[in-house]
Amino acid sequence: MKVEQISIFMENKPGSLENVTRILKDADINIRTLSLADTSDFGILRLIVNDVDAAKKVLKENGFTVSRTTVIAVEVPDQPGGLHRIMSVIAAQNINVDYLYAFVEKSGENAVIIFRFNDPDAAIDVLQKNNFTVLSGEKLYSF
Amino acid sequence: MIYNEDFETLPREVLETLQLKRLQQVLQKAYHTVGFYKKSFDAAGLRPDDIKNLSDMGRIPVTTKKDLVDNYPFGLFAVPMSNIVRLHASSGTKDHAAVVGYTKRDIETWSELMTRCFVAAGLTKNDVIHNAFGYGLFTGGLGVHYGAERLGASVIPISGGNTKRQLMILQDFGPTTLCSTPSYALNLAEHGRAAGVDMRSLKLRVGIFGGEPWSDTMREQLEETFDIKALNIYGLTEVMGPGMSIECIEGRNGMHVFEDHFIVEIIHPETGEVLPPGEQGELVFTTLTKEAFPLIRYRTRDLSRFIMEPCRCGRSHIRIDRITGRSDNAFSIRGVTVYPSQIEAVLKGIKELGPRYQLIVDRVGTMDTLEIQVEVNEKILSDSGEVKVLQNIEKLIAKDMKDELGISVKTKLVEPNSLQHLEGKVERVIDRRNIWPSEQ
Repeated sequence: MKVEQISIFMENKPGSLENVTRILKDADINIRTLSLADTSDFGILRLIVNDVDAAKKVLKENGFTVSRTTVIAVEVPDQPGGLHRIMSVIAAQNINVDYLYAFVEKSGENAVIIFRFNDPDAAIDVLQKNNFTVLSGEKLYSF
Repeated sequence: MIYNEDFETLPREVLETLQLKRLQQVLQKAYHTVGFYKKSFDAAGLRPDDIKNLSDMGRIPVTTKKDLVDNYPFGLFAVPMSNIVRLHASSGTKDHAAVVGYTKRDIETWSELMTRCFVAAGLTKNDVIHNAFGYGLFTGGLGVHYGAERLGASVIPISGGNTKRQLMILQDFGPTTLCSTPSYALNLAEHGRAAGVDMRSLKLRVGIFGGEPWSDTMREQLEETFDIKALNIYGLTEVMGPGMSIECIEGRNGMHVFEDHFIVEIIHPETGEVLPPGEQGELVFTTLTKEAFPLIRYRTRDLSRFIMEPCRCGRSHIRIDRITGRSDNAFSIRGVTVYPSQIEAVLKGIKELGPRYQLIVDRVGTMDTLEIQVEVNEKILSDSGEVKVLQNIEKLIAKDMKDELGISVKTKLVEPNSLQHLEGKVERVIDRRNIWPSEQ
């Protein structure tokens, strides 16, 4: 139930992001969601795309440092307390969140939270036991 | 003023006769006591008694920093350890450090030469010397210290660092002379200004600056800032340390090399041939009187030229011009010589980096800075895609560099293939300090 994220190393300078988005546009790859973690000098761009293999290939061909990272996507109703419900079961198991980002599905009813946990297997286990919807890669990429 | 008038003003022919006699002695000694020299002379088909004139110097094989490192730690010592009273070393770990030893007499010689420097700078026993050169394995601190004591001056062994305290002592102890790297002196002045100290009203009247290359523009700046006369001193740990040469206060143009103790040559950095007087090239030193660590034709990699005109101070010893660069990629920063190979060795040990890197040397305010830009590779993202992993690598580089070089550096991770290429090669060192703006 893990999904794949593309992580790209980028210097923090004008034109860096533009370069990535152009490469993806030219390869006809759609970005489902993204987040950017940055310091003053560099950042890591994290992308969920509709075609992981093609995105990685085309970015590598263009000289980027790219890796695939496994993350977990959890679907919750887009309403107050949605994220909190997840966090309370995760915290109870003493699982740490390395990072997370989110988007709202097209229907507008559900939000999808992308998590990187320090212990992904334990996280999936506890989330499923508590009846959360952990999305598969196919489902997520095709939203 | 001249400390040892007999030797410092010897007529040229007498000086050269003395040099030849001492050279012949040191060659015999080195050949018969240090395996390295026997091997290198034999390989060149040369015997010590083949050298009949100073003009034969060019036939003697040169010694390089690598030879010193290869013989780490004591391989080039010419006396047993029981006769050694002091050890010093150049910066860097095993793969880059040169270790030097001194007999009791070597320390006396060194002290005398350093005293000559102080007297050339116009100092007497009435002076108070603030010595901000680092004490320790680096020769700067102790070298200056012994000369100051021999002169009978009062020496403040403050060493480097702790700028606040240095400012306090500069005000309260009233030193008349400041010994430090020129950039540290400017740094002191900057801190002083910030703290409301009027640097011009301190009792300082002379600054003796060395350990890194500097310019006449900096001289003006230092003289203006402190209201002092600023003098250039040059020496290398490998050859002896500070005290090998200094500008006299009368001339303030080029550094007299104490030629009764050293032979200095200038060679072409690529062909190795001895250059005609006045031409720019690499300084090569031979020690004439050192017992523990005689050094024959040591290639310093420092570029300079001879100033041929006689000096108004009356010394007959030749002058060398300011160091204007290096014939290798090494550079000097905060008194420490840094070799790109040292940095490369550290970077190679970290699998997420490389292969390309670039070193940016700059001057921010009055402090020299070193930024290491290094390209990352795939492995840097292999695991979680977390930023802190990358930040930890930056910290690791900074720590390893501090251990290796002894100075703090800034590291910057950059994208693969992003470093400037020059004819297919990355330019290793970019020095933005612009030390010699008006020259060449």
